[in-house]
Amino acid sequence: MDLTWTDEEEAFRAEARAWLEENLAAWYDEHGGPENIRSGDTREGFAQHLTWERRLYEGRWAAVSWPAAYGGRDASLWEWLIFEEEYYRAGAPPRITQNGIFLLAPTVFEFGNEAQRAHVLPRMAAAEDLWCQGWSEPDAGSDLAGITSRATRVEGGWRLDGQKTWTTRGAFCTHLFGLFRTDPGAERHRGLSYLLVPLDLDGVTVRGFGRLDGDEGFAEVFFDGAFLPDDAIPGGVLLGEEGEGWRVAMATTGSERGLTLRSPGRFLATAQRLVELYRERPSPRLRERLVDAWMRAEAYRLFTLETVTRLAGGAVMGPESSINKIWWSELDCDLHEIALELLGPDAELEGPWSKGWQFALSGPIYAGTNEIQRNIAAERVLGLPRR
Amino acid sequence: MHFGFDDDQLAFRDAVRELLEKECPPAAVRAAWEAPPGGLDRTVWDRLTEMGVLATLVPEEADGLGLDERSLVLVLEEAGRAALPHPLVDTAAVAAPLLAGTPGGEGPGPAGVPDAHGIGMVATDLGGPYVPCAADADWLLLRDPATGALHLVDPATVVLRPVDTVDGARRAAAVDWQPAPESLVTDDPAAIELALDRGAFGAAAVLVGLAQRMLDMTVAYVCERRQFGVPVGSFQAVKHRLADALKELAFARPAVHRAAHSLATGAETRARDVAMAKAMASDAARFVGRQALQCHGAIGYTVEHDLHLYLKRTWALAAAWGDAAWHRERVARALGV
Repeated sequence: MDLTWTDEEEAFRAEARAWLEENLAAWYDEHGGPENIRSGDTREGFAQHLTWERRLYEGRWAAVSWPAAYGGRDASLWEWLIFEEEYYRAGAPPRITQNGIFLLAPTVFEFGNEAQRAHVLPRMAAAEDLWCQGWSEPDAGSDLAGITSRATRVEGGWRLDGQKTWTTRGAFCTHLFGLFRTDPGAERHRGLSYLLVPLDLDGVTVRGFGRLDGDEGFAEVFFDGAFLPDDAIPGGVLLGEEGEGWRVAMATTGSERGLTLRSPGRFLATAQRLVELYRERPSPRLRERLVDAWMRAEAYRLFTLETVTRLAGGAVMGPESSINKIWWSELDCDLHEIALELLGPDAELEGPWSKGWQFALSGPIYAGTNEIQRNIAAERVLGLPRR
Repeated sequence: MHFGFDDDQLAFRDAVRELLEKECPPAAVRAAWEAPPGGLDRTVWDRLTEMGVLATLVPEEADGLGLDERSLVLVLEEAGRAALPHPLVDTAAVAAPLLAGTPGGEGPGPAGVPDAHGIGMVATDLGGPYVPCAADADWLLLRDPATGALHLVDPATVVLRPVDTVDGARRAAAVDWQPAPESLVTDDPAAIELALDRGAFGAAAVLVGLAQRMLDMTVAYVCERRQFGVPVGSFQAVKHRLADALKELAFARPAVHRAAHSLATGAETRARDVAMAKAMASDAARFVGRQALQCHGAIGYTVEHDLHLYLKRTWALAAAWGDAAWHRERVARALGV
């Protein structure tokens, strides 16, 4: 056990820190100051954040853990953690490309063919193609295997019918990765396929709508007999084998819940800001809760260091990723709730904490509700009987 | 960066686990409830002594194992899993390195005391006013209430007033004694602070082991116990309690392991890290205990079932060596709030 970083890792941290400081300042200048940056979940803010994403890409910081050939810098998991710590420490903005980079890309690396990788990944890193996740449907949320959107084999491609919803930033994205039923005779987890879909096809309608915080961060996507040509994506629109969509999709959920979606750096930064808020507006009755939340953020960092140690030793992420997701999502709510209590009557004003609070509340719901995660932890980690 | 254990550390843990499974089953814990003061069975303790466990933190040149808290932490978790009644934290985590004068400790102890490896069983009041196994110990490590200085005292020279504890295997007593110059071990505040941190860390590790045991017992029980024609563990209400128990334990454990690292390396953040470990382990173990009792139902609410042996030790250790609120206060000071 050695909890120190190597000289190379420290140098990596210093490089990331310097780049972030310089480029954040430049990005703010580009838009006339940080006060002019809108939420990345609004149309205007999304466009502003695109200019940030392109800076990240040009600096080769968009996807540090990817191979250099696809736009990354071959960073180790350790370096990725360091970058994330520095990213949130610097106060850099939420990644509007996140669902592509952290959810689709691991699946493309695992299941994609070389032509798909060569096309999809660099364009994703460069924020030229913007990917949203098309999994949930009006009647298939927690019960994801209840998907009814269909992809029917036709000459030269697929005909798509059905509806996806709660698609994050769908109204601003260019592409969707989604699950469609390709075998109408199969039920539940069987007969699904994982498709890569440009959103500018005829017969595809995207309607953005307001999330809890009012931003147009959600979309519903309608497919009305849209024709998806096989060659809409070089290497093909099918990711993995036809009918294997469930297995392919589940490969991303491990990384989504387990490690890559919400790194410790994000919550450490929030906890640090909360400590600073407390120093400005101390409230003794909240002190113990503050400390508890800070410890939970720190414990998440430690848990992740343990996880990465295991992964670096060749282990694979298993169902224990479920408790991870419960932990960070509830932590995020706690951190923001304490902040709002510290703010007192000012908590009702729009601001970073009230905005963050509303976003935090989505954490226990997205990426598989925490109720589903608890089922998974109980059944697959503890071995309790399924019903 | 490597936040895990090496093969030697894991083998050491496995050897202790095997010993305790054999020599410290629930029946041995029950026996510790019943034995008269001074009559604690020493079979398992002698085996731990032979294995060198008591001298884990004692340098090799003083006939110890020359290891550090990163090895001891897993052993203490095993002691928790077995609810070992003997004062292993007091002896191995606190007294042995203090008396051996390991870096940061201010030994040697008073004249006439055997070397640290042969120290025998030490019980201390550093973790709280009631000294566990006070009548069974070979030596008492006591804090002078007037000065804070630590003394190593022959139990024959003190008056013990046994107390009734909820966990009968604590075998605790209040101690009436008089500090004397010849019993002084150290009055160095840094050494005393380190001894307290080692004790809090040790208790945290034991709590992790206790929680793991209660969780394991409960998982086994709810898989076996049938109501409404199905195992009660198939009900979501039960699953969610135990998933939360798993989660709280899984996130407290690395905090305890990090405290081991901070103690072993003399990290600047040692006090904060130990405080965080004890706060989180106390809360997690008590939480797991609540879920364990609830999921056992009425059968767990008896002294005939073994659960209470682990549950009551959890309550005792959550309150000893500074409870969660006390340690959160220390973390608050470290954070500057």
